[in-house]
Amino acid sequence: MTRVLIPTQLQSYCGGASRVVAAGGTVDGVLRNLDERFPGIRFRIVDEQDRIRRHMRIFVGQEAVSDLGRVLGERDEVLIFGALSGG
Amino acid sequence: MAAQAMQLLVGTRKGAWIYRGDPSRRDWAVHGPIHLGEIINHVVIDRRGGGTMLMAAKTGHLGPTIFRSTDAGATWAEAKQPPAFARSDDPLTARSVDHTFWIEPGHADEPGVWWAGASPPGLFASEDDGVSWTSVPGFNDHPMYWKWAPPGEGAPDGPLLNQILIDPRDAAHMYLATSTAGVFESRDRAASWAPLNKGVEANFLPDPYPEYGQDAHYIAVHPLQPDRLYQQNHCGIYRIDRPSDTWERIGLAMPSDIGDIGFTVVVHPRDADTAWVFPMDGTTVWPRTSPGGRPAVYRTRDGGAQWERQDRGFPREQAWLTVKRQAFCADDRDPLGLYLGTTGGELWMSDSEGEDWRPIAAHLPEIYSVVAAPIA
Repeated sequence: MTRVLIPTQLQSYCGGASRVVAAGGTVDGVLRNLDERFPGIRFRIVDEQDRIRRHMRIFVGQEAVSDLGRVLGERDEVLIFGALSGG
Repeated sequence: MAAQAMQLLVGTRKGAWIYRGDPSRRDWAVHGPIHLGEIINHVVIDRRGGGTMLMAAKTGHLGPTIFRSTDAGATWAEAKQPPAFARSDDPLTARSVDHTFWIEPGHADEPGVWWAGASPPGLFASEDDGVSWTSVPGFNDHPMYWKWAPPGEGAPDGPLLNQILIDPRDAAHMYLATSTAGVFESRDRAASWAPLNKGVEANFLPDPYPEYGQDAHYIAVHPLQPDRLYQQNHCGIYRIDRPSDTWERIGLAMPSDIGDIGFTVVVHPRDADTAWVFPMDGTTVWPRTSPGGRPAVYRTRDGGAQWERQDRGFPREQAWLTVKRQAFCADDRDPLGLYLGTTGGELWMSDSEGEDWRPIAAHLPEIYSVVAAPIA
């Protein structure tokens, strides 16, 4: 299971939680797992062409990710943020 | 029969509000904010009997979605499948919906059907009362799509398919308005589309009267006389009486110091010759504010041959109002009520067919849309 940081913009999907855990061996797997449990959350982060939305940011640990296929290690944490540009 | 109380569904840059009036239309109770902070381009209620409300939303960060309410706006749930383009492996043609701009209930004979227009220009349909949406290939995959919706063109918030209208006599007869290519018509329920722009100017293009390329800010089909359409275009006010395929620029009859530039046109639901516009300054750098800082609506009662100024109740000077495409509307009461919302967050109304105006609310965020409907 991967620990996931949920930004304030998306916590309404998760019952107000700022941290959840999700299954999935890749970033996309984690997002799809989140979407199964919190319907609609993925489309607000990723568009229909599987591109991370312009004002959203995803990190694996300290590393900014643009490839949803990024494989996750056992200890990796996924951090989702709203970019400063989007407010 | 007692007068029916009205409600105003108000979409803003920072959330939605519902104003519920008493039968006299004097007192308005506010419900909201709803989804505070979300960019709400349109809030619409189904008047075909179901009463479902749909709201087009996104935020500065999050992608676009549709919220639904089946309890008169008390609670809202997200659509299971919001409008989205088909997936494409070609990066040059891979589109994603930035925001849904317009929501239109389907024909009265098709309960549960809704249509939506988006930016970039896209047409979407729902057959299950707004729960799930599909891309409409007749427009979105039309061989001319990239000519009609060239990347990078369009309004400041992005190129728009900004309106969908349905002929009340025929569910298969539809019109679209776009900011990139003007007006389109379909006679086969959105399976195919053709431009309908003859006579409409595009003074920002080398050919000022092209087949397509116009910026149709707003179109209105008269409910009782659906062969008559009005259009407030980037380049003036027009009228067409089908089966003619040529628009007539009725805005040329407006006072020359006011001009015929604005974002919307409102028709009188019981009189096809009566319509209102809210002119804005379209000269020089396109300020798009009330000409001279003196707000007024202008009314025609003869199909656009003549226009009269109606400004009683508005500030007399130094009021630089901007009213966007979806933010001027009418109810269907007698006398007719008119409502408009400004980008400065003011909500104004007239219960005298435009003769007198008064404010309902101030200090709202930038108003994007106002829809008037009876309280069920």
